[in-house]
Amino acid sequence: MSRPRTAVAVLALVRAQLRVELRSFESLPAMCLFAVTALVLFHFGLNRDELSGDLASGVLWVTLLLAALLAINRIYVADAEQGGFDAFLISPCPRGALLYAKLVVLLAYMALVELVVVPAFAILLLEPSLWQALPRLLGPLALGDLGIAAIGALVGALAVRTQARDLLGPLISLPLLVPVLVGVAGWTAPLLDYPHAGAVAARWPLALALYDALFGVIAFELFDFLLED
Amino acid sequence: MYSKGLRPLSLLTAAVVAVTFAGIFFWAPNDAYLGFLQKIFYLHVPLAIITLAGFVAGGAMAVAQLRTRDPRWDMRSYVAIHISLIFGVGVLISGSIWAKGAWGHWWVWQEPTLVSFLLVMLLYATYQPLRFAIADPERQARYASVFAITAGVFVPICFAIVRLSPDYVHPRTLSNISGNLPGRMQYVFYASMVAMALLWVTLWRFEMASKRVVAEMRRLRRLLGEESDEEPGRRSAAPALTHAGSAS
Repeated sequence: MSRPRTAVAVLALVRAQLRVELRSFESLPAMCLFAVTALVLFHFGLNRDELSGDLASGVLWVTLLLAALLAINRIYVADAEQGGFDAFLISPCPRGALLYAKLVVLLAYMALVELVVVPAFAILLLEPSLWQALPRLLGPLALGDLGIAAIGALVGALAVRTQARDLLGPLISLPLLVPVLVGVAGWTAPLLDYPHAGAVAARWPLALALYDALFGVIAFELFDFLLED
Repeated sequence: MYSKGLRPLSLLTAAVVAVTFAGIFFWAPNDAYLGFLQKIFYLHVPLAIITLAGFVAGGAMAVAQLRTRDPRWDMRSYVAIHISLIFGVGVLISGSIWAKGAWGHWWVWQEPTLVSFLLVMLLYATYQPLRFAIADPERQARYASVFAITAGVFVPICFAIVRLSPDYVHPRTLSNISGNLPGRMQYVFYASMVAMALLWVTLWRFEMASKRVVAEMRRLRRLLGEESDEEPGRRSAAPALTHAGSAS
């Protein structure tokens, strides 16, 4: 039997994971609901009806990060509890394929959640017009999601087979996600300034891209060691 | 046999630490602006640098663990991170005191070094809970190593990224060390670096020796039949050193 190419294996794993999600709906609806609820909490916690600038950027990104934690916690659970890891290990797939697949799935989850949460945020809290900000918002959304996915794919695997995974997943991932938050919030803040969007300092996209790339490399180098038994 | 050279090392460390502290209090001049308070700098900055170096060293030892699968490397990495965590608490406390004295607040968000240090500490605070949550010693070692390497790489990056934060207003103390410190201050600072490094290494060696003695005692007790091989309910965050080549 020949080894399947990584891309083929990744595609198959992504399809399997998405099919599980479509049948069980255990992550995506929870993430969306949680995020929208968090926006409501921010409204009452801050006692503000409309947000702009760095406050808007911070609320949006903290909400998205918290929603991401739900996915990071759940993304390996079926593999750990229902024999997915064992099945994957006896398959001839290269091991990195599982990491790539989880990364792609996390990216897809984040994109889908943002389809709901960003408009909800615009309606509920955002002061400047979303239509004007949206084209330039795609950059931080993409790079932010990539960082979340890279960290989530590694930390999720690290935490899932421990006895306190619901606790350890968020506790380990949040400090690692802070640099992502620093970069992405700094990048988004001027875009949401009211009445006029400000200029973005080049260091934010650059730092974020570097951090994402670096974490991708770390995850890729270390992932195999988490799968040995 | 476990503490070879530990006595002279301890004496040397005690002597260097004592001389350094004498230098800090009696020889180094008072800072023109901050006065006596500035002397906490000689404790705080070297302690912080050694703490971070210890975390990175723990990551390097974890690389060796994953390469060789030798549980002794896991033990070394564990002890390094353990000592650095203890040092780190000292760094946060001394940093807070310094911030209160110099800037009037216990915590200063505009100081990126302080903030990055807190992030690093928050991350490493999950190291022991992670170990504790994994019962199988082999997997505990492997997962702990993955964590230690990830976190070890995170340490310098975190400092680089948080420093990008645009709104810090205070002068960078660290950038002054190389050039701007007057002679005596510089000597005392370097002496303190050496003292803290020696202290770290000495404490690391003490804990290593203690862990090895405990492991050896347990092995001997098992041989005598006083202690059963499997101890139900006994779980620890510390590496057990029971598998493969523990006695050597």
